Amino acid sequence: MAAAANGEAILETVGLTKRFGGLVAVDTVDLAVWPNRITAIIGPNGAGKTTIFNMLSGVLRPTGGTIRFGKRRIDGAPAYVIARLGIARTFQNVQLFEGMSVLENVMIGRHTRTRAGMMAAALGLPGVAREDRTARGACMEALAFVGLAERANDDAVSLPFGQQRLAEVARALVAEPRLVLLDEPAAGLNTHERTGLAAMVSALPERGITPLLVDHDMDLVMDISHDVAVLNHGRKIAEGPPRQVQSDPRVIEAYLGEEVATC
Amino acid sequence: MARKRTTHIALAGFGVLLLVAPLVVRQPYYQSIMVVIGINALAVAGLNLLMGYAGQVSLGHAAFLGIGGYASAILTVNHGINPWLAILAGVAVTCVVAWIIGVPTLRLHGHYLAIATLGFGIIVNIVFVEWRGLTGGQSGIAGLPELRLAGIALDSHLRLYLLVWGCVYLATIATANIQHSRAGRALRAISSSEIAAQTAGINTGRYKVQVFVLSAALAAVAGSMRVHYMSFANPEPFGFAYSIELVVMAVLGGSGNVWGPVVGAGAITLLTEVLQPLGKMVRPSGAELHVPAFGLILVLMLIFLPRGVTTSLALLTQRLRGARRAG
Repeated sequence: MAAAANGEAILETVGLTKRFGGLVAVDTVDLAVWPNRITAIIGPNGAGKTTIFNMLSGVLRPTGGTIRFGKRRIDGAPAYVIARLGIARTFQNVQLFEGMSVLENVMIGRHTRTRAGMMAAALGLPGVAREDRTARGACMEALAFVGLAERANDDAVSLPFGQQRLAEVARALVAEPRLVLLDEPAAGLNTHERTGLAAMVSALPERGITPLLVDHDMDLVMDISHDVAVLNHGRKIAEGPPRQVQSDPRVIEAYLGEEVATC
Repeated sequence: MARKRTTHIALAGFGVLLLVAPLVVRQPYYQSIMVVIGINALAVAGLNLLMGYAGQVSLGHAAFLGIGGYASAILTVNHGINPWLAILAGVAVTCVVAWIIGVPTLRLHGHYLAIATLGFGIIVNIVFVEWRGLTGGQSGIAGLPELRLAGIALDSHLRLYLLVWGCVYLATIATANIQHSRAGRALRAISSSEIAAQTAGINTGRYKVQVFVLSAALAAVAGSMRVHYMSFANPEPFGFAYSIELVVMAVLGGSGNVWGPVVGAGAITLLTEVLQPLGKMVRPSGAELHVPAFGLILVLMLIFLPRGVTTSLALLTQRLRGARRAG
């Protein structure tokens, strides 16, 4: 990865591996993500990109290798601990909470920045309502940032798919993470929505949030990323700035190979 | 927020209704039914938090009523301890048991969790039956003292009604408070997608155990009320059949709604009262007509109205309001 003059990597994996029985989904992958730069992991379907995300966010346990967030090892840590440390994520198939409004979904994103527990809530202690009011303010801001402020009280799963994605992004951002993992954020969006998303993600570094994108689609990645890593069959086959990666013959072969296979 | 005001008004109305009801309903028989409904509603209030909000399941909840009830019986009858202290002790013991069971069991999901709670309920009931030295076995423990409040004995249907429904009222307020709070959202998130909840920083294991323990505590209080009401504790009412009844009440009443427990407990308790004489007509030795009736109700509810009565009504009014605004 471009060892930019940013000092230490915000996230680093060494030899990251995931095996499902006999299948090696991720094969000794070394990654580095630099703060306040936009990093993307690309690769054909089944390359292991979401599996890596699942390991980074604590949803899956790595079979081998290490993951460091700042100075701290996080491989094998429970997902909620990793979230508390400052990593937020969105999901490829959008996991908004059903039976709750858009605002309530985003309020859950604020969980790590609030404290009131169950007993305090049951007893109706005054601090609880106050904390909720403050949280609501931050959540409405996040919704405004992604352009969903008017939809705050609508049922979350009733939103069109593209807006559901944006709601999930707002939910991730409101946690004020240092690193946000965006899993195929552009999938299912139309051109107009894609442009909006690109602008939004590009604006994150100046807010102190480092985005790590996974995408199947080259276009978005080329437009906004600073650093790109390419995976194929679970292995990293190339890395570098977008232009360089795009013209790398191994990368072209990996994607072309897939196109031929699907004919 | 408009939603909050509606809840406050409803709670105030509920309070008035509770105070007026015993003035309208005077016959002791019907008053006693109201006490029983209240005890059931209290137990279901806890189950509602666990099943309706957090999306878990407990097919052995009668065990917690039993632990609370037996604690009251044993401590007051065999050791002469003040009944109120005995109730507190019962809640404490129940919470510890619920915590010990909850930590490993709540790692399970779906059918496995259901079976595990079922097994737990059966084991506890067997303990009630077999540990004769402690519980008096099938004969149980009789002669519980009355509860006394400020020197007044709570020995009439009316007085127990007030105590029991006072507790139900508090439980309803607590549920309303939890519902829209950070903790309530966390529970509902766990119910919807545990993984997404975890990646949002929610310690789902801890929340599940917490709500499980809270639901057990409410059940323990209900159990204590029950044994004091009957002046008698025995294993039979704290078995599998009652656990299922409680689940039917919770499902019928409505998942994730503060009024679900009262509606569900009311409907099922009244139905049982109606069906018992009918059952005797079918077979005088006592055909348990209410048991297949509950089974049928549960199946029909899950097919047609899986969210229960109150939640479905709430959704319907929401939709009608939305349609009126649009139309």
